[in-house]
Amino acid sequence: MAKKEYAFYPGCSSQAKSSAANYLTSVNTMCDKLDIKLTEIPDWNCCGASIGYAEGGELPRLAINARNFALAEQHLPGKDIVATCAACWLGARETKERLDHTSQLMKETNEALAAAGLKYEGKVNIRHMVEVLIEDLGYDAIKAPVVKPLEGLKIAGYVGCQTNRPFGIDGESFENPKYLDKFIEVLGGEPIEKYEQKVACCGGALAFSEPEKSQKQIRDIVESALDHQAELIVTPCPLCQANVEVYQSEINRKNGTKFAVPVVYYSQLMAVAYGSSAKDAGLNGQLIRTEALEKIANR
Amino acid sequence: MSDLNTQAVARYKNNFLREVEERVEEGDMVKMCMQCGVCAGSCPLGPHWQHSPQKIFMMIRAGKREEVLTSDSMWMCTSCYNCIVRCPRQLPITHIMHGLANYAHRLGIAPKGQPTREFAKTFWNNLIKKGRVNELTLTLAHYFANGIGPGIQIALNMQKIGLGMVLAGRLNPMEIFGGHSVKDLNGFHAVLAKAKEIEDRKKGFSA
Repeated sequence: MAKKEYAFYPGCSSQAKSSAANYLTSVNTMCDKLDIKLTEIPDWNCCGASIGYAEGGELPRLAINARNFALAEQHLPGKDIVATCAACWLGARETKERLDHTSQLMKETNEALAAAGLKYEGKVNIRHMVEVLIEDLGYDAIKAPVVKPLEGLKIAGYVGCQTNRPFGIDGESFENPKYLDKFIEVLGGEPIEKYEQKVACCGGALAFSEPEKSQKQIRDIVESALDHQAELIVTPCPLCQANVEVYQSEINRKNGTKFAVPVVYYSQLMAVAYGSSAKDAGLNGQLIRTEALEKIANR
Repeated sequence: MSDLNTQAVARYKNNFLREVEERVEEGDMVKMCMQCGVCAGSCPLGPHWQHSPQKIFMMIRAGKREEVLTSDSMWMCTSCYNCIVRCPRQLPITHIMHGLANYAHRLGIAPKGQPTREFAKTFWNNLIKKGRVNELTLTLAHYFANGIGPGIQIALNMQKIGLGMVLAGRLNPMEIFGGHSVKDLNGFHAVLAKAKEIEDRKKGFSA
């Protein structure tokens, strides 16, 4: 039996051939090494993301999140829901808080769920994968399986917004959370402790609708990492990863710059440090290849 | 002016604060603002807001209904939550901005063609179709929102990125034929329909 078991909420971007498919690959590898068992919530749906507010409004957004809770309570009773996506975690946790604190919204949400024969009891907990790693396992347990330390690798821990604000991880400060730096450290790498853009916003969904404004954010995030001689950027958020990696070529095209800083997930660092192949760490999913990590993986 | 908007004006007369408290998500917290301005200084897109959140809160109390609801300020929110965690009075500022944008959008008086308003609509309609986001059709619908000509131009600019995503196994051209979906789609749609019905009744959207 696995050491820890959870009801898994992968989210849309982690599905096969979606924008964070390589995140899921590396999470599966990481969890395998750490003896964490993830059982997908059967028939889960989208959380609505942050940008869902304009057309979706309040109750429809709460109701679709509560549908996932109801399914988890019914099929995986007693297990915490674990999300890997920042927006999924945020959307779900916001929903849970609002429903648990407002009986009227709870009543209305259950009225909506009843249309599909479902009921949310208010029992389930919502966690992010990094919370599971830090709170349920601890840094020593994260360090234990390391066989290929990321020696000499300078890594900028880009925490971003939604795995940080408004809920925070493990009670850390919103302005300078340390958990990504600690991950890098226990894996044998060298964190950029003075990374100015650590909790800056990449533009989120506005990368689509306001490309100029978002690309200004992204440029700052990349430039600050380079200022500190970082070889790569690591993040816990699928949208941060995609935005910061994908738009570097657009920024280059428009400005004649030559940015090409790889952006990876914490789970990819762990998979490599735990001795898995580049493929099992999802490194073949990078648009900007990370030769430094591939070299360690292939060693 | 839409009918819904005319009805709202008639109902609340000049009491915009009461309208916001009753109909906007988390709107009952607006009067907690003490005008310190930390939100305005914390927003990553701060310079692009015609009216900062701080100013919007005061405008609501001053009854500047049209100026607030027709402004594109709230649509600058990236959902970074910086304002929320820094607000000394713990106003859920992000949610109030979302709520104001949603309210203006539903009344039909939000700025026409505002890119984030358009993208938000495309996003929601995409995800409710199958219960999960189809990233390919979402991207294409967004690029071609302003017609074939501009769409082709954006698509050409982005084709290298798109191809890179396909080769990296992170974008599936076959999603054009359907893609991922929840199995109990009827149940999912029934939940959504009921939730919308209740919300529309509460917020005066079902005339």
